[in-house]
Amino acid sequence: MAKIFVYNAVRFLVLVILQVFLFKNIGYYNLATPFPYILFILLLPVGIPNFLLYCIAFSTGITVDAFYDTLGVNAAACVALAWARIIFVRITLQTDHYESYLTPLWGNVPFRWYFLYVSVITLFHHAVLFMMETFSFHQFHYTVVRVLLSCIFTVVIILLFSLLFYRKKQR
Amino acid sequence: MKNLWLILTRYNAFFLFIVFFGFAYYLVVQNNTFQRASAVNTSNQLVGAAYAKINGWKSYLYLSEDNALLAEENARLKEQLQRVMAPDSLAQGTVVDSIENVQYHYIVAKVTNNSIHQKNNYITLDKGRVHGIRKGMGVISASGIVGIVLNVSDHFSTVQSLLHSETRVSAALEDSKAFGSMTWGEGYDARVGMLKDIPNHVKVRKGEAVLTSGFSLFPPGIPIGKVIETGISGGDSFLDIKVELSTPFHNLQHVYVVDDLLAGERTELESQNENNG
Repeated sequence: MAKIFVYNAVRFLVLVILQVFLFKNIGYYNLATPFPYILFILLLPVGIPNFLLYCIAFSTGITVDAFYDTLGVNAAACVALAWARIIFVRITLQTDHYESYLTPLWGNVPFRWYFLYVSVITLFHHAVLFMMETFSFHQFHYTVVRVLLSCIFTVVIILLFSLLFYRKKQR
Repeated sequence: MKNLWLILTRYNAFFLFIVFFGFAYYLVVQNNTFQRASAVNTSNQLVGAAYAKINGWKSYLYLSEDNALLAEENARLKEQLQRVMAPDSLAQGTVVDSIENVQYHYIVAKVTNNSIHQKNNYITLDKGRVHGIRKGMGVISASGIVGIVLNVSDHFSTVQSLLHSETRVSAALEDSKAFGSMTWGEGYDARVGMLKDIPNHVKVRKGEAVLTSGFSLFPPGIPIGKVIETGISGGDSFLDIKVELSTPFHNLQHVYVVDDLLAGERTELESQNENNG
């Protein structure tokens, strides 16, 4: 239990620091900007209570917003992400899974499930994030392109991270 | 109640999402200038479009009333046309005031154009230079003062109405004879003017008549209106008095242009004061 807490705290710090100091400056023109900090929310234990998940997601978003000077945009996207995560987990995992403290990391879970999990939820997060940022349906196709390209970028970075920490099945 | 609670707990993910997302949305709109501006704009556009639609529908509802009004106006115009066609010899004459030792000479004129809804209102009269009207003459109606002649052409003249932000007419209270200057004041109600520069110590009665003082273009004692509100303090030592105007500006028909026969002599004499001072 304490181990899970420490792991997550370290993950939070590292990912947010990387996000605001490194990934903030990386981008393919204005089209693809990566937001791999959401990996922290993705890797929270499966059985985390909904309310706690929302609180953590919201505060993570606010923390990133503080560095991006866009108060509320990332928070809204993270809250949407938390919702998508709850639904996704409920649909794809068995009951005994989503009451455990399993960290949904590649190695603990099959790669196919992990890949789907990451890409679907990232897409959801980015869609909300860019819509909130643009805040209009003007030039909607441009927003869609940004969402898709950024999504690919983020998923690639997240998978690279996961590869770094990949271990054979521990269970 | 129990069922409601069941729904809330069963779908808590969704309801929590709504709560948190709503809060985040609020933050976004509150704290980011661009999003705030565009959110407000969107709602304004919505409101504006809705109003435009509603007004479009409403105008249909009032069609019959509008028609009646137009028909009425038509009838009135026809009547007026008849009057114009028939030669009107009465309106050409002048009314001579013999009591005042013929200091004042009145010229009857008809209002051909009138406005009361502008900030500065003007009236056009159907008499001009050939009828003896000169710039700066006072204009009165049967019930009160109207304004001051502003410009004169051969057959027409324009009058700067009392309902004009620049018009000032010397006026006096009936009882105390204290004098001040009559203005339109707030400038949105055609029935209410403002009497300014009455000293603070003067006792003003509600309903007291306000008359012209005779110091300016108008003969003394012409009614201007009645005091309706007294207690407005305009500064240190002067009262601002609300006056209900006695002239019905909204349906002004015939007016008298006041020709002060001794005005030239008086201004000449008074200009000497200024020269010496």
